[in-house]
Amino acid sequence: MSSPIKVSDLSKKDKERIAQSGIDLENKNRCGTYIQMDQDIVQTECGDSGIEVLSYKRAIEKYDWLKEYVWNAVSSEKDDITKYVAAQKDPKGYVIIAHKGSNNVMPVQACLYLGKDQIQHVHNIVIAEEGAELHMISGCASGAHVGKGGAHYGVSEFYIKKNAKISFTMIHNWTEDIEVYPRSASIIEENGVFLSNYVCMQPVKKVQMYPTATLKGANSVARFSSIVVSTPGSYMDLGSRAILEAPGASAELITRAITKGGTIISRGHISGRVAGTRGHLECKGLILKDGLIYAIPEIEGSVVGTELSHEAAVGKLAKDEIEYLMSRGLDEDEATATIIRGFLDVKITGLPEALQKQIDASIDVAEKSGF
Amino acid sequence: MLQIKNLHVKVGDKEVLHDINLHIGEGETHVLLGPNGSGKTTLLMTIMGFSNYTITQGKILFRGEDVTGMHAHERAQRGIGMLFQRPPTISGLKLGKMLAAISKTKDENIPELAKSVHMDKFLERDINKGFSGGEIKRSEVLQLMIQNPDFVMLDEPESGVDLENISLIGTTIGSLLEKDKHLIKRRKSGLVITHTGYILDYIDADKGHVMCDGQIRCHGNPREILKDIKQRGYKECLECRHP
Repeated sequence: MSSPIKVSDLSKKDKERIAQSGIDLENKNRCGTYIQMDQDIVQTECGDSGIEVLSYKRAIEKYDWLKEYVWNAVSSEKDDITKYVAAQKDPKGYVIIAHKGSNNVMPVQACLYLGKDQIQHVHNIVIAEEGAELHMISGCASGAHVGKGGAHYGVSEFYIKKNAKISFTMIHNWTEDIEVYPRSASIIEENGVFLSNYVCMQPVKKVQMYPTATLKGANSVARFSSIVVSTPGSYMDLGSRAILEAPGASAELITRAITKGGTIISRGHISGRVAGTRGHLECKGLILKDGLIYAIPEIEGSVVGTELSHEAAVGKLAKDEIEYLMSRGLDEDEATATIIRGFLDVKITGLPEALQKQIDASIDVAEKSGF
Repeated sequence: MLQIKNLHVKVGDKEVLHDINLHIGEGETHVLLGPNGSGKTTLLMTIMGFSNYTITQGKILFRGEDVTGMHAHERAQRGIGMLFQRPPTISGLKLGKMLAAISKTKDENIPELAKSVHMDKFLERDINKGFSGGEIKRSEVLQLMIQNPDFVMLDEPESGVDLENISLIGTTIGSLLEKDKHLIKRRKSGLVITHTGYILDYIDADKGHVMCDGQIRCHGNPREILKDIKQRGYKECLECRHP
């Protein structure tokens, strides 16, 4: 462990910011915890047998076989971000292993907190072994940082083995001077399921990411859901990609985007490369104030027997819908908030209640501040 | 309860309602008849306060208060409610969530009320998305049961409803209008648009009005008017220029 910092050492403000990104510092409804403040690992622990939460360094020392998983799903040569992370002599990040057959009801939580440093780099590896089911929440936040700038470079590699499942819920709670570059990819084997959920309702200077799921095993499933709000000054270039390489593989990419003056580029790409595959891409955008929502859905089918579809719509709140609710007694603001709340209400099949509640709670915070 | 005086209404640049006068007393239910496009729905939407309908002249008084310049929610909060013929679909907003939002108190047992109009399985569905004609009407009735308005406007409550459900809708609307109460105790009033008149079996309307070309042309016993229209159509009403 590289740092003596404890959770109790964190300032009240830092604790609050961390909690807003879905991290439970009392660890009540969580099965394990990893906290990294800048480059210092604050805590790693796991109470649940069968699921290990380790720092990257400790994991590499403990398991020799882990080397095969390092820079496998994500190439270290992909871009400047991956190169920067790969060049680190003292790599940080977490490794979570759900051993064969393990199952957690309470999620494992990982908190990546940018406190003072200019750049936080992490390299995470998450493995669900055969038949394992792993639910994770990753809260990424920044605190006493405003005005100083900073960046988060995060590489995450997910490996979902035969009949295994990973749900990964990421809630971002940065500030308007932070740039964030996640680089993540997953490899899903036979009957494996990968659910990736992304929520960002708070300002950020720039987020740029395009996680890729490669569905290598028959009947594997990937579902990406993103719920984002972009405020003035925020630039969000978001996407998700699914490569369908085995019969029966299916993918769904769902985005709900709201701009209140910021920029959202919503990309999506599904490639159907073998017969018997299905994919659907859906992006719905609401423009509440002049900004930009640029939806770029791509579907690419190269064989007979792959079925791919997409649906994209960008618009404003419909007056007849608002007035319909007003005719039931809600004032204009209440009616507007109720419709926006409904717009963002993406129920994610297969997600534990605790995580769905956490997603709902971050939307609630935004709703209370008037979206 | 509701008084309309010399009302003129424009939609866009075109005047569609001309000099409407109507008085509906407490406990009374009136029926509005008329051919398609005659302005019946426009009148209801104007009374409800929808912004596309511009009042250029005249007044709407509700319980003596001038509501002409009020927004829809202010009218709703004063006790005006409406069953829409074609309500909008709201993508993502669940019926149950909407009912919770319009519920005035926490005491209302929404699942129980939903069950009473066979809508319990729709609480987790997006409002009106993929609903059949009958389901839309049951959803509207359910919303009104929670809203519990004193003045209920019903825009073709029976259209699209199958025979099995028409008595359910009819009886429920009957209770919304307190038709189960003695005349003297009845406080709720209504204004109903109907083409078929089936709904009249459940709500015993007091008066009927015929609207043609944006004017109310005649008044009378609703069943007699309906019988007349069924026999002779609206031809004479359309020709009639002197109500």
